[in-house]
Amino acid sequence: MATDKFEASLKKLEEIVKHLENGSLSLEDSLKAFEEGVKHAAFCSGRLDDAERRVEILLKQKDGSLKREPFETGEN
Amino acid sequence: MDIFSEKTILTVSRLTALLRGVLEENFEQLWVQGEVSNLSYPSSGHCYFTLKDAGAQLRCVMFKGAVKNLKFRLTDGMALIARGRISVYDQRGEYQLICEYMEPAGIGALQTAFVQLKEKLALEGLFAESHKINLPRFPRKIGVITSPTGAAIHDILNVLKRRFASLEVLLYPVRVQGEGSALEIARAIDEMNRIVKVDVLIVGRGGGSLEDLWAFNEEVVARAVYRSKIPIISAVGHETDWSICDFVADLRAPTPSAAAELVIASTEELRGQVEALSHRLRRSIESLLMGYDGRLTGLRRALHDPRTMLGHLAQRMDDLTGRLELGLNVAVSRRRDRFERLQDALHHNDPKGRIDTLRQRISLLSVRAEHSLAQRLEVIRQGFGDNAARLEVLSPLKTLARGYTIATRDRDGTVVTDAGTLTIGEQLLLKLYQGQAHCRVESLETGKT
Repeated sequence: MATDKFEASLKKLEEIVKHLENGSLSLEDSLKAFEEGVKHAAFCSGRLDDAERRVEILLKQKDGSLKREPFETGEN
Repeated sequence: MDIFSEKTILTVSRLTALLRGVLEENFEQLWVQGEVSNLSYPSSGHCYFTLKDAGAQLRCVMFKGAVKNLKFRLTDGMALIARGRISVYDQRGEYQLICEYMEPAGIGALQTAFVQLKEKLALEGLFAESHKINLPRFPRKIGVITSPTGAAIHDILNVLKRRFASLEVLLYPVRVQGEGSALEIARAIDEMNRIVKVDVLIVGRGGGSLEDLWAFNEEVVARAVYRSKIPIISAVGHETDWSICDFVADLRAPTPSAAAELVIASTEELRGQVEALSHRLRRSIESLLMGYDGRLTGLRRALHDPRTMLGHLAQRMDDLTGRLELGLNVAVSRRRDRFERLQDALHHNDPKGRIDTLRQRISLLSVRAEHSLAQRLEVIRQGFGDNAARLEVLSPLKTLARGYTIATRDRDGTVVTDAGTLTIGEQLLLKLYQGQAHCRVESLETGKT
């Protein structure tokens, strides 16, 4: 599920930041960690931005199943 | 048939039937108020009790069908207003009130039902905090169970739009008031759980009267909310309206708009968190790099340029040379001083000086000697003068004057007194009274003259 991936990425980002702030990494590892952190940050903020605002309504069919249809909100 | 005729004998059943007819005809629709006692809810589903006041009692029954519609449960001692008709229970010969509708006296029936259901569900643990599910931190799909034409869905969508929230909204349309609406809502909750995967559910409706909001106080809704595996935000009516649904839900929002805000808040909080982490990420790498840069600068400073090093060496050499010269000068002057000291000492002990001194002493002594000699000579001379006169007599000169001569050897000046000591040819000096003569021995006659 996308949320899990997001959470995992966010958690990783948190870990990386803590690690970096710890200052226990070598320069090379720090740069690697930073690069990875930047990727996670980009992924997370991307995920937060990329969800589309979609409004649908569930309509009950004759056979009892539910069908999604765009919901007209009456807004312009 | 004249029932009052003496000849007419009625059976009990007949009389009872007659009485029932009279009562039912005359007490068809009435309201009675009293206090509930002898309450019983047998398994048949009917409800039996007695209404009483200070002076009388009235047997009452409410049949299953009416009980089902009753929003609250009777309790002993409850003040009650009941609507119904009077009838007779033939088997026991009792008249009774057959209740069709009842409500607690004083407070409304719905209010009582609310309080009672709340107590019951609380006892069952439906409101337990431990059962509540946290809202997902990152809800992307939200389900909304409400009327498609009501204010709630529009309020929710307006908030999402105003806050630029990127969320997928799935509306499950239900009736939110009227007969059967509670069941519809409950089914919608179950179905959303079964079929559609959403991260969070908003269940609610806009404001209205207590009757309008009643569906959300129904037990069937409360149980569906409790069953839901999807976290539910209950948003019923206005801020002041509390529904049973609110108590069971994982989160209660005062209004549908507030529910939307709650959903967004966690997303926005998350966004803030990501931004803060990004910031910390950049800052930590920057400070790390700055640290390395500082160390590098320090090391570079420590690593001398050979030219600078040569310069330093030259300077050091100049310095040492200077010190060497200075040292040399010091050493020389120290030696010179020593030399001069020694020289002084030497001068002090100069033999020349001593010689001079000695010489002075000598000359001094000489002078003293001469002086004393002169004195001595003077003394001697005087003595000699005295003695000369006396010597006059003994002087050889006198003798010489008388013709005697003194012969001395030329060779050594010795006075010759014995011819035997002479040799022929030897030169002699003859001193005479006046003058002297050089002679040569011609011959010798030794022995006594």
